Amino acid sequence: MNGAVLRLENVDKFYGAVGHGVHAVRNVSMDVGKGDIIALLGSSGCGKTSTLRMIAGFEETSRGKIHLSGREVQTLPPVKRHVAMAFEGYSLYPTVNVRDNIAFALKAQRLPRSAVNAKVAEVAEMLEIGDILERMPNSLSGGQQQRASLARALIRDANLYLLDEPMGQLEPQLRTLLRGRLKHFIKERGMTAILVTHDQTEANALADRIAVMEDGVLQQFASPAELKERPANLFTGTFVGEPPMNVFPVSVASDDGRLVLRFDGGQSLAYPENAFAAEVRAALFARGQVVIGVRPYAVRRSGTGAPANVLTNQWLGDQSHVSASFAKGTIILVEHDRAHVAIGDRILIELSPADLHVFDPESGMAISHGRELA
Amino acid sequence: MDQTSTLEKVLRRVAISLVILFFMFPIFWIVLMSFQTNETILRVPPSIVFEPTLSNYVALITGRLETQAGTLEVNFMSNLWNSLFLSAGSVAVGLILGIPAAYAFGRIKFRGSEDIAFTLLSFRFAPPLLVLLPLTIYFQKIGLADTYFGLIWVYQLIVLPLILWIVRGYFEDIPADIEYAYRIAGHSWFSTFRKVALPLAMPGIAAAGLLAFIFAWNNFIFALVLASADKQPVTVGALAFVTASGIQYGQVAAGIVLSILPTLALALYAQRYLVEGLSLGAVKG
Repeated sequence: MNGAVLRLENVDKFYGAVGHGVHAVRNVSMDVGKGDIIALLGSSGCGKTSTLRMIAGFEETSRGKIHLSGREVQTLPPVKRHVAMAFEGYSLYPTVNVRDNIAFALKAQRLPRSAVNAKVAEVAEMLEIGDILERMPNSLSGGQQQRASLARALIRDANLYLLDEPMGQLEPQLRTLLRGRLKHFIKERGMTAILVTHDQTEANALADRIAVMEDGVLQQFASPAELKERPANLFTGTFVGEPPMNVFPVSVASDDGRLVLRFDGGQSLAYPENAFAAEVRAALFARGQVVIGVRPYAVRRSGTGAPANVLTNQWLGDQSHVSASFAKGTIILVEHDRAHVAIGDRILIELSPADLHVFDPESGMAISHGRELA
Repeated sequence: MDQTSTLEKVLRRVAISLVILFFMFPIFWIVLMSFQTNETILRVPPSIVFEPTLSNYVALITGRLETQAGTLEVNFMSNLWNSLFLSAGSVAVGLILGIPAAYAFGRIKFRGSEDIAFTLLSFRFAPPLLVLLPLTIYFQKIGLADTYFGLIWVYQLIVLPLILWIVRGYFEDIPADIEYAYRIAGHSWFSTFRKVALPLAMPGIAAAGLLAFIFAWNNFIFALVLASADKQPVTVGALAFVTASGIQYGQVAAGIVLSILPTLALALYAQRYLVEGLSLGAVKG
């Protein structure tokens, strides 16, 4: 099993009849190594929670195989899979207080009381819920219930920890603090965890690798840096990153020894041919029509370049977000100093070949990233 | 500051008193009747001033009914016992069968589950007399007529759909994830059902059980047709007070008072669980 704690092999989930019902998860395969933290990232309804629940055993696996610690588990009941889970809806036992909720699984293991109390105290301190241990779940706020639910999962001794939106209800400050602590807690103990989230910051901060899902399909499974630098397709390119990547269809032409990108609105950008690596240049000319993507922080204003008209200019306290109409669409720029442009101003825009992501217009698959082919 | 004026408060109390009076008067009148003889009950105009007598209760408890035409035997006490046994027995059987079924209908999606659940509910639509005729013939053939077993079985037509549909709703209201959280912590579905679902649905089960008991207790037609004198509940037994020499109103009233007592006691007892269930509240995350 080459050390993988979890392996999904061509997993499908249908709600309703196999082959006819709603196809929520489509042919997903992935390996998760011991000690990894994986984030399933995607918008609502993308299949991330279905995937998690199939791993836990709450949803039947329609097709494919799930291996957990070397055992095939897709037909086993949850009790035999040895996984812990924190639920999005908290799902605390309403009849017992927070302490007993957290300690529940440990008590079933018949651990001595002192050991149980020590473990509860440790995890409660980490999640800042030491002061509510004696309270009943229905007297708690959403954020407190969520942390209690997270504590109940983390305290267990399991092969795999499944965390469904573990911090969705927390205040921003607390979220930032706990994110760091949670990562440290998981890493220190060598725990393997999969978290489901729609929050990119959370995924980036916590996860070693992020699985981006859309429409039930695993779009890309890579490290946060790789997702940013080498998005596999237009979807991950535009989904990951805030503000999102600017994308424009362009036609590629050669003019007097220069490579010219012509935009829909008539604007064009010309580059010396050697500004592009030879393979990238060849790929561009071979297609003629491509989609280019460029991250907002890589868009530069300059004295030369293609013209655009400023639509909005927002100063966020540490960076400016400027949007401008460009090539029959809108382009967004991020600048780290205050941008002194007013609405209606004409600006000139430059895009460096090193920052360009090129995609195939039909399939949406990446062709090149900067100077390298995808 | 209390916003309601004194006048409003007074009017409100008057209104509540009227409602209570309206609903409680028949019961109050019956209680008064049960301490009177037929002569004082039937005098015109009626009066609430009379000399109380325990003779009605004595007659019921000793089983000897003195009328102008002579002494009659009434087995009211054994009717009361029959009622208790039949109602408690059918509710017990109904709960044993109905709770697991309600859980299955509430939690597990299977082919035709809605149809089956609806079919069970539809037993309540059928007029009892329509069911009774063929049932009587079958029961006589297979020897179930005039047995407690047979009666409790037939009573399932009343109690089972009731329990099934009420308890099912309660199970559906428990978030499935609470059960999943318990199962993933290393428990089988059966222990999850026992330790998580059952306690959380307890208020619903208490309510359904109580309601089913009252329905079973008040049933008349099944027992009238399917049971002979020694198996009859109070509802049927009360017919004995319609005698050749007139209706024994005093005894009827005393019989009603006695037959209300068990259900009243049960309701007061179960109320504790009903209220407890409400204050437990936050089952919904």
